[in-house]
Amino acid sequence: MESLLTYLVLGALMFCIGIFGLLQQNSLIGMLIATELILNGAGMNFMAFGMFLTPDPTVGQVFTLFIMGVAAAEAAIALSIIITIYRRFKEIRVDGISELKG
Amino acid sequence: MTTIADFIPPILVAQGAFWLMVVLTLAGAVLAVIPSKIVHNVLGLALAMFGVTGIYLYLGSQFVAMMQLLIYVGAICVTYIFAIMLSPPLELDLPKPSLLKAATALIVSVIAFIAMIQMILTARWAPLAAPSRDWTTKTLGQELLTRYFLVFELISLLLAVAIIGAILIAGLGRERE
Repeated sequence: MESLLTYLVLGALMFCIGIFGLLQQNSLIGMLIATELILNGAGMNFMAFGMFLTPDPTVGQVFTLFIMGVAAAEAAIALSIIITIYRRFKEIRVDGISELKG
Repeated sequence: MTTIADFIPPILVAQGAFWLMVVLTLAGAVLAVIPSKIVHNVLGLALAMFGVTGIYLYLGSQFVAMMQLLIYVGAICVTYIFAIMLSPPLELDLPKPSLLKAATALIVSVIAFIAMIQMILTARWAPLAAPSRDWTTKTLGQELLTRYFLVFELISLLLAVAIIGAILIAGLGRERE
């Protein structure tokens, strides 16, 4: 519980579950949810490094806070884009939206 | 008065709570990607974020843990739920992803995981002799408003622009229709 490796492995697990979801999901919102998992895996690594490795204790926390801010902005923008796409194509499956495909 | 601490040593309780949080996080993460009903995915995400909150508490930072709870469980998951409920078709059951796609995704993510574990185990980490525990909210607030002030303001600006942009994108789409 007090070792760096536990947190790093947990972060890697979340990251890889996120990658799996991103590749396997068929809906845009599902992919967005998987992206949040990936961001959180990265944030957990920053917190663990901040606690165990850096002499300055605030760097990791500040970085995690900024990751959260960026994730919130990304969620707002992506959701509005998805809703717009749905209005236009009547479709949220990734395979259905292929108008720009060459 | 007898408490639970009389029967179980506190260190054991702490360990148990930590592993419970780990299990919650992983279960939530799996729940967030496997089911094909989107509402279940969002609930899984909320569970995973709750678990991560507990882990951050174990990492010693109450402030980041509370922010995690507020931003992810309180804001992002609720936004997803609103988006799903406000546009009825989004809660349709999607067809199960094809087996081939799932198998490919599984292979890619397992390879990525093995590579990461390999890297974690072989890297020579140099842990501090005495890790600093000066993680108080006061220190964090002072740093945020002095050393990281520019980034702090930039994030605020980014959030404002993102919210206005989201409203514009969703609103303009409706007008054009």
